[in-house]
Amino acid sequence: MATVSTDTDSGVLSDADLRWVKRKEVLFHATLFLASVFGVAMLGLLVFDVLFETAVGVLVLGIDVTTFLTSGASRDWERAGFLPAIIGSVWLVLLTLIFSFFLGVSTATYLEEYAPNTRTVRLIEANLTNLAGVPSVVYGLLALGVFVNGLRLGSILLAGSIALALLVVPIVIVASQEALRAVPSGVRDGSLATGATRWQTVRGVVLPAALPGIVTGTILALARAIGETAPLIMVGAVLQARQTPDPFSLFGSMPTMIYYWAFRPITEFHNLAALGILVLLTILVGMYGVAFFVRNRYERRL
Amino acid sequence: MATGENEPLISTAVTSRETERSARADETILEARGLDVHYGEDRALREVTAEIPERKVTAIIGPSGCGKSTFLRSINRMNDQIEVCRVEGDLLFRGKNVYDDDVDPVALRRKIGQVFQKPNPFPKSIRDNVTYGLRVQGKSATDDDVERALRGAALWSEVEGKLDSSGLDLSGGQQQRLCIARAIAPDPEVVLMDEPTSALDPVAASKIEDLIAELAREYTVVIVTHNMQQAARISDETMVFLTGGELVEFDDTATIFENPANQAVEDYITGKFG
Repeated sequence: MATVSTDTDSGVLSDADLRWVKRKEVLFHATLFLASVFGVAMLGLLVFDVLFETAVGVLVLGIDVTTFLTSGASRDWERAGFLPAIIGSVWLVLLTLIFSFFLGVSTATYLEEYAPNTRTVRLIEANLTNLAGVPSVVYGLLALGVFVNGLRLGSILLAGSIALALLVVPIVIVASQEALRAVPSGVRDGSLATGATRWQTVRGVVLPAALPGIVTGTILALARAIGETAPLIMVGAVLQARQTPDPFSLFGSMPTMIYYWAFRPITEFHNLAALGILVLLTILVGMYGVAFFVRNRYERRL
Repeated sequence: MATGENEPLISTAVTSRETERSARADETILEARGLDVHYGEDRALREVTAEIPERKVTAIIGPSGCGKSTFLRSINRMNDQIEVCRVEGDLLFRGKNVYDDDVDPVALRRKIGQVFQKPNPFPKSIRDNVTYGLRVQGKSATDDDVERALRGAALWSEVEGKLDSSGLDLSGGQQQRLCIARAIAPDPEVVLMDEPTSALDPVAASKIEDLIAELAREYTVVIVTHNMQQAARISDETMVFLTGGELVEFDDTATIFENPANQAVEDYITGKFG
């Protein structure tokens, strides 16, 4: 990059001094690159920290991973485990999926395929987008007021999953709407022109074509739900999950358990929290992997 | 560019088929009477009156925005999908006004199939694409139905062994013929085509053109095209729309291309505008 300007015998191009322009370009390029690396670096730092704490826990303190994965919470860090929290989170995600998927996909289908373009419908759409941005703790308060106290469900797992479903439904709706919008209108026209009714078109052609996008969006939304702590604390999750929960019992979850351990004064519990985070991250990566697989395997060019 | 008096402006090559079918009576299957279509404030069709004969190829030509696609879509009421669209006047299918209150557009579209400009096969297997029309009508679809429709669309020999692979894996021209198979599988009476070859390469386009001639033995074909040579090659009758949604001339294709009555039509056909 020593001589950027090109001197020729005839001097035709010699007056074009590009050195400064090129330097600015390199600077700009570097800025963009560093900005994009920032996120990856932070993730790397996070993973490193968690792995380090875990390694210290397992190798130095001698935490038994098998005990950790097969037993419940305990005052004694050597016997404390994560199993009830894992089972609680699995139940929560399953119920959240059931509550949010049908409600979300139905809403999105109505809005995209049936609803007339009126002021009311536009108002509903704008509010759904706003709902997707409401802090999760607010949904926890709502579930606490309406379901735990109002309907007297108590602080059971079902109430927790309702809080998470409230949180996730707007995200599922928005993702499903985008997936439905991505189905080319030619496909709908083709179906209607073949003598299909509106419902036959939606069920037979549009939803199957949009399904990979809907499933991917739902999995990503659930991945967010599985890590949510605040709404579960609001609903009254048990911080020290000792017993394996069912939908109608008191419950703990992975994030609330991690939250609890991280605030214990005994530092060995911090290493337990790190191990818990590792389990949570592994499950999250697994869910992202499934979403990625579904997108690549089933999402076709239309 | 001087044109000799007896020399056609564009040669028409449909005479061979003409003789073969002349035994049949020229029955009108579709008739427009003072058909007006509005999109909101815009008037897309103006007082269109026309009689389209059965089992012939009727081409609709005209410059962009002249209302030719609008006319086509008003036949099978696909315009119903557009919220701001309003239709006045009559459009008769076998003497029945399709805009009567007792006509269900779904039932109408089972009699009048359509092929679109851009090939739009469903993201399903070739077989499922073909049988879709029969299945939505609650009819069972046999392998014979699939073969008959695919043969009718001149696609059978190319897909015979891979009926269960995706329709999206076919080439553009094959996809368009699959869409034709899908349109004819439920055995409609009319097949509407909206610029079916404009998104295809010339070889694929000429296959579709050959196919259209075949289709006219069994079906009434109404085809919108912006390609005048194509209209001259494949159609028996030609409707010419000019700007403003007016049907300016409708006659034998030979007459339209060799000796049009309207000066504006002659100017359009000879390329002086449009």
